[in-house]
Amino acid sequence: MNKFWIIVGHTYFNKVKTKSFIITTLLTILILFGLSNISTIIQAFEKDEEAKTFVVLDQTNTYFALFEDNVETLGNPFEIEKSTLSETELDEKVLEEEYDGMIIITKDQNDLPSATVKTLSMTDSQIFAQIEQVLQQTKQEIGRVQLGLDSSDLNVLFTPVEINKVALEDNAKTEEELNQARGLVYVLLFVIYFSVIFYASMIATEVATEKSSRVMEILISSVSPVKQMFAKLIGIGLLSLTQMFIILVFGYASIQSKIDELNTMTGGLLGFSDIPTSTFVYAGIYFILGYFLFATLAAFLGSLVSRIEDVQQLISPMIFIIVGAFMIAMFGLGNPETPFITISSYIPFFTPMIMFLRVGMLNIPFWEIALSIAILLLSITALAIFGARVYKGGVLIYGKSSSFKDLKRALMMSKDK
Amino acid sequence: MSLTIDNVTKRFGTHTAVDQLSITIPEREIFGFLGANGAGKTTTFRMILGLLNPSDGEISWDGKRISYNVSDSIGYLPEERGLYPKLKVKEQLIYLGRLKGMTKQEVVNELQSWLKRFNVTEYENKKIEELSKGNQQKIQFIAAVLHKPKLLILDEPFSGLDPVNVELLKKAVVDLKEAGTSIVFASHRMEHVEELCQHLCIMHKGKPVVHGSLRDIKRSFGKKNVFIQGDFDMDFLTSIPGVVKCKKLSEGVELQIENEEVAKVIFNELQNKGFVRKFALEEPSLNDIFIEKVGASYE
Repeated sequence: MNKFWIIVGHTYFNKVKTKSFIITTLLTILILFGLSNISTIIQAFEKDEEAKTFVVLDQTNTYFALFEDNVETLGNPFEIEKSTLSETELDEKVLEEEYDGMIIITKDQNDLPSATVKTLSMTDSQIFAQIEQVLQQTKQEIGRVQLGLDSSDLNVLFTPVEINKVALEDNAKTEEELNQARGLVYVLLFVIYFSVIFYASMIATEVATEKSSRVMEILISSVSPVKQMFAKLIGIGLLSLTQMFIILVFGYASIQSKIDELNTMTGGLLGFSDIPTSTFVYAGIYFILGYFLFATLAAFLGSLVSRIEDVQQLISPMIFIIVGAFMIAMFGLGNPETPFITISSYIPFFTPMIMFLRVGMLNIPFWEIALSIAILLLSITALAIFGARVYKGGVLIYGKSSSFKDLKRALMMSKDK
Repeated sequence: MSLTIDNVTKRFGTHTAVDQLSITIPEREIFGFLGANGAGKTTTFRMILGLLNPSDGEISWDGKRISYNVSDSIGYLPEERGLYPKLKVKEQLIYLGRLKGMTKQEVVNELQSWLKRFNVTEYENKKIEELSKGNQQKIQFIAAVLHKPKLLILDEPFSGLDPVNVELLKKAVVDLKEAGTSIVFASHRMEHVEELCQHLCIMHKGKPVVHGSLRDIKRSFGKKNVFIQGDFDMDFLTSIPGVVKCKKLSEGVELQIENEEVAKVIFNELQNKGFVRKFALEEPSLNDIFIEKVGASYE
C-alpha cells in the first residue's frame, strides 16, 4: 500500500507544480471574476459610445412633434434633427456620414404613421428596434386620439395579464427557485463537462508519456500496473479536487460580492440563496463519480498508445460521448421532464451530467438517485476490472500505429496463460 | 539465492515466443543471455519480472514464485531506455528508489556515491533530456542498481557508451557480481559476454539452441580458427579439406577449420610457400558460434 501512495503523491505534486495547472487555475478564476463583473465592464465600454443622430424628413408635416416627444419619453436613445431638404440631398448627407441615418415619416392607408429608415448598413439592429419602439408609441398615441380613448383606458388595455402559477406537489420548486436552479445547474454542468474532459485527457496523456518515454517498463517492474493505474487515477483525482476547490471558493466569493448587480441583470438566475445544499452535494458526488468513470476509460485508452501524438485520436470517441451527454443535458435544461431525459439519465456514461440535471431541476424520489449512483458505481467497477486488464497488457505493447485493434493484443498479453 | 527458469513456455495466441526454456542462474554469477532480435529475450525478462505470466512452466527466485513481493530485490535495465525526460536526475531516482522500498535519504546517499563513481556529479540537478545519450545511460544504470538488487537484469547495458565508459560500467557490473548479485546479461556484443560471463544461453526463435558454460560451449563446438599472416597469396588454402570458411583480413587470413588436425595439414602446406610472419591456432570466438547457431543472416 505504501508504494501506492508514493505514486499518488508523485503524480499529485508533480502536476500541481506544472505551469499548465497554475495557468488554467488562474485563468478560470480570472474568467469568473470577469463574468461576475460583467455589468461593470459593459458599462465602462458603453459610456464611450455617442448617441447616433438621425435626420428626420417628415412627409406628413404633422407627426414630427409627437415623434420628438416620444424620443424624449424613451430616454433619448438617439438624437433627431428635423430637415426640410429633399430625400436625395439627405441621401448624400448620410453617405458623407454627416448623419448616422435618415428617418422618413409617411402615412399609411389608415392615416397612421409609418417610416422608412436609411442607414449606411444594417448592422446595428438595436437602433432599428429603438426607432420602431418610438414610432409604435407615436402610432398608439395617434390611434388613441382617432378612436377617442382616454390615455388611462389605454393603460388598462395594455397592462399584461397576470398569471398565478401554483404547483400542487408538496415540495415542487417555485418559478423563482426553478430559474435559480436552472442557472446553477447550467454552471455546474459546465464545470463537470470541462473538468471531465480536461482531467481524463490529462490521465491519458500522462500514461502515454510514461509509456512513450519507456519509463513505464521500470515502473511496472517495481509496482504492478494495476496498482499504478489506480494510484494515478487517485493522484489526478486529488489534483482535480484541489483545482475545483480553489475555483469554487473564488467563484462563489466573487459572484456573491456582486450578487445584487447580477440578479438585476439575469433576473435572479444566479441566486444561491434558495438552492438547497443537497444540490451542491449531488454536484460533488456526480462530479467525482463522473471523473472516475471517464478517467478509468482514459487510463486504459492511454495505455494502448505508443506515441503521445496518438492520444487525442484514441480518446476522441470518449470525448464525443462527453460532448453528447452535455448536449442532451443542455436540451434537458428546458425540458427536464421528458422521457428521453429520464431514460438517458440511467445510461452510465450520461448519468453524471443528466441525472445531476434532473436532481437539480426536479423533485425526484431518492430511490432514483440511489439507483443512478449504484449504476455508476457498478459501471466504474466493471470498467476498472476490464481497464486494469487492458492496462496490464497495454503498457507492454509498442507498435507503429495505435488503434482499437491493440485492445485485443493488450488483453492477450495480460492473460494468465 | 538463485533464479530458476523451469521448462517455461510463453504463447501469444498461436505464436510461441518462448519455447520450453530451462535455465538456472546461480548466485554471484553473470549469466549471458544471447539471441537475435525477436528471439524471445524481452519476453523472458518480462516473465522473470512477473509482468507476463508463463503459459507453462515455473520461474522461481530463491525457491519462491516471483511476484511483486520480491520486486524490491530485482533490478532491471531495459533495452529501450526509459526515464522521465522532464524530471531532474535526483527527483527521478528518488521516485524510482522509493518505489523499490528505499527511503529518500538512502537514495540520496547511494546516488551521490554512484554519481561520483561514474564522474557525473554535476548532473544531479539536471533534467534527463539535457543529458547526452551516454550520460543518460549511466543514470539508467544507476536506477537499476540503486537499491542493491539481489537479481539484476541488464539488457544491453553498454550501448551508446564510449570505450572508457564501457570499462567504467563493466567494472561496476563485476563489482556487483562480487558483492553477491546474480546478473542476467543480454548483449549483442559477443566480446563483452565472453569477458564477463561464465555461463550463457543463446536463444533462437524462442528456443535455447546453446546452453552451458562458456568453456564447454567452445570445446564442444569443435571448430577452431587459424590465423595466418604471410607475404604470399594464400587462396590455395581454401581447397584443403576441413577448411570451412576463409575470411580475408587486412593483414593475412582467418580460416575456420573442422578440428585441430586440419591445422596441422595447413601448417605443413605452408612450408616453402614463403615467409610466414604469424601462425596461430585459436579457440572459436563466441561470435562464430553465435553466427553458426543463429544463422548467417544475423550481422
